[in-house]
Amino acid sequence: MKRVFLKTVAVALAALAVGNAFAADITGAGATFPFPMYAKWAEAYKKETGVGLNYQSIGSSGGIRQIRAKTVAFGATDAPLSGAELEKDGMVQFPAIIGGTVPVVNLDGFKPGELRVTGAVLAEMYLGKITKWNDAKLAALNPGKTLPDQNITIVHRADGSGTTFNWTDYLSSVSKEWADTVGKGAAVKWPAQSSVGGKGNEGVAANVTRVKGALGYVEYAYVKKNNMTFLQLQNADGKYVAPDDATFAAAAASADWFSVPGMGISMVNAKGANSWPVSTASFILMYADPADKAQSAEVLKFFDWAFKNGKTMAADLDYVPLPDALTAQIRSKVWSQIKK
Amino acid sequence: MSVGTTMSSQPVSVKMTDAPTPSMVSIAKRQRLQDIVFHRLTQSLSLLVLVALLGIIVSLFIYAWPAFHKFGIQFIWRAEWDIINEEFGAAIAIVGTLASAGIALLIAVPLAFGIALFLTETCPVWLRRPLGTAVELLAAVPSIIYGMFGLFVFAPLFADHFQVPVQKLLGSMPLIGFLFGGSTNGFGILAAGIVLAFMVLPFVAAVMRDVFEIVPPILRESAYGLGCTTWEVVRRVVLPYTQKGVIGGVMLGLGRALGETMAVTFVIGNANRMPTSLFSPGTSIASTLANEFGEAADFHLSTLFALGFLLFVITFVVLSAAKIMLLRAEKAKGL
Repeated sequence: MKRVFLKTVAVALAALAVGNAFAADITGAGATFPFPMYAKWAEAYKKETGVGLNYQSIGSSGGIRQIRAKTVAFGATDAPLSGAELEKDGMVQFPAIIGGTVPVVNLDGFKPGELRVTGAVLAEMYLGKITKWNDAKLAALNPGKTLPDQNITIVHRADGSGTTFNWTDYLSSVSKEWADTVGKGAAVKWPAQSSVGGKGNEGVAANVTRVKGALGYVEYAYVKKNNMTFLQLQNADGKYVAPDDATFAAAAASADWFSVPGMGISMVNAKGANSWPVSTASFILMYADPADKAQSAEVLKFFDWAFKNGKTMAADLDYVPLPDALTAQIRSKVWSQIKK
Repeated sequence: MSVGTTMSSQPVSVKMTDAPTPSMVSIAKRQRLQDIVFHRLTQSLSLLVLVALLGIIVSLFIYAWPAFHKFGIQFIWRAEWDIINEEFGAAIAIVGTLASAGIALLIAVPLAFGIALFLTETCPVWLRRPLGTAVELLAAVPSIIYGMFGLFVFAPLFADHFQVPVQKLLGSMPLIGFLFGGSTNGFGILAAGIVLAFMVLPFVAAVMRDVFEIVPPILRESAYGLGCTTWEVVRRVVLPYTQKGVIGGVMLGLGRALGETMAVTFVIGNANRMPTSLFSPGTSIASTLANEFGEAADFHLSTLFALGFLLFVITFVVLSAAKIMLLRAEKAKGL
């Protein structure tokens, strides 16, 4: 009698455990830039499947730390890990969403996109070599415009961030001096004497809108939200482009994703007449041989669903979804490496 | 029990002191036990604070060790903060912290003294309560509000109506001109100091008012009776009597100014460069921690712990210095 009772309890517990495994939320942590996107996808996904996503937007390096500590099923990072690092950790990496970083200014009397700038001149401004808005080099790029005799205040991110990585990656690619003296990273030593830092995209946006003559860089969503004055940038093909979904997508389309292991390519200065030169992807990190295979499968199901159904949601939030051709390749070439 | 029985029991109780009855012994024992338990309980509670303090110091030091090990004592005066090349030094953040807190005290202490003086000595009684409450309310405003006020309201006004004219007036003067050089965009050490001053002002003022009020009226009135002016009463009677409390209030303000994070982050400019003037943007230890902790990894993380450890040491040194000063002053008076 007692034995039967124990058996029933055991069976009931096992059933409960299995039930829990199915209903368990997916856990992820990392980059702050794609957080609004993942949150929106997760909300819709939970409605459809009942499986929630617990994503902590603690920053890219935090995400890498968490996945290495195996406390989450996936990590998210804006700065991709190298092939060697992925191999050492036994992880795979794929892009999940695309966005862009945009130079914004505070100059009276200019409409968004009215002023043009090349990467080389932008780098000189950030190096502190061009200190006035009416500098001859800026005037030469903008014939017919009267630029004010105003000091340039450089605004940058005070916190470490994927946006800064993207921005300094771009400046390094267009200026040898920047690459040699400053380099690229989530936080760098800003050389310009006039530079001030703001915390987060919102901090940079606030500083730029407040300081006359300021030049900063923010995620595209913040440009739209705050209706900020952005600059047109010259891309690798020599054309001037404005930042929007189309130019980010063009940069993503022209990229050769599988040219480096882990798809960790840099999209800065992408080729193509319509490519925005400071586009970036946000990446997902997962173990090729995960300890919790059920969780890992749930993560793949979530991103599979998001790639199929999440495009309009992405556009609503001013992100660019991956093109179908690319998601098909991610399924066949990357996800196939993850053991189920 | 009626009155009669209590009265009749009195001689009995006298007799009892000669030879304690078992019931009395048990009561005394119980009470002694209670005392011991109470003593131990409060003792362990206060030791808990000490344990927590030691725990914080030790864990900070352990995490900071790689940074101290690599740079040694030089870490304190190296003026370098290059995350990519892993070259770190605390000097920029230490200077920013001390300068902004120093400016804050220079502004806040005289103001607070004036406020406390007015409230206790010369304020009409009907105004005392509303004014005092207003000062206390100011102390309850969360620091992020001061930061937002500083960034959105104060900094633009400060840039246009203080930095620009002052730079024009004093910027080219010999000896002090360099203090007012640099960019005039509203951010910087001085801006942070002024916002901090407004944050610590209510603390210092509230403490000063409270200690001024405890001066016995008889002392004050005697002095007035001898023909002292208000200033003489304050200078010769109130201040000497309340010295300890006044310094305590100032130290409370200094402690808050040194450790303040969000408000400073908003207005100090967050630039990892050694400030060259009062207008140059800089950074403080607390704001560097707030900005960089989220994305820091490995060695960078260790340097941030080292910064935190140094802030701990600075606060400790400042508070002990104040305590020693106070002890010396008391000794001098005691002679």
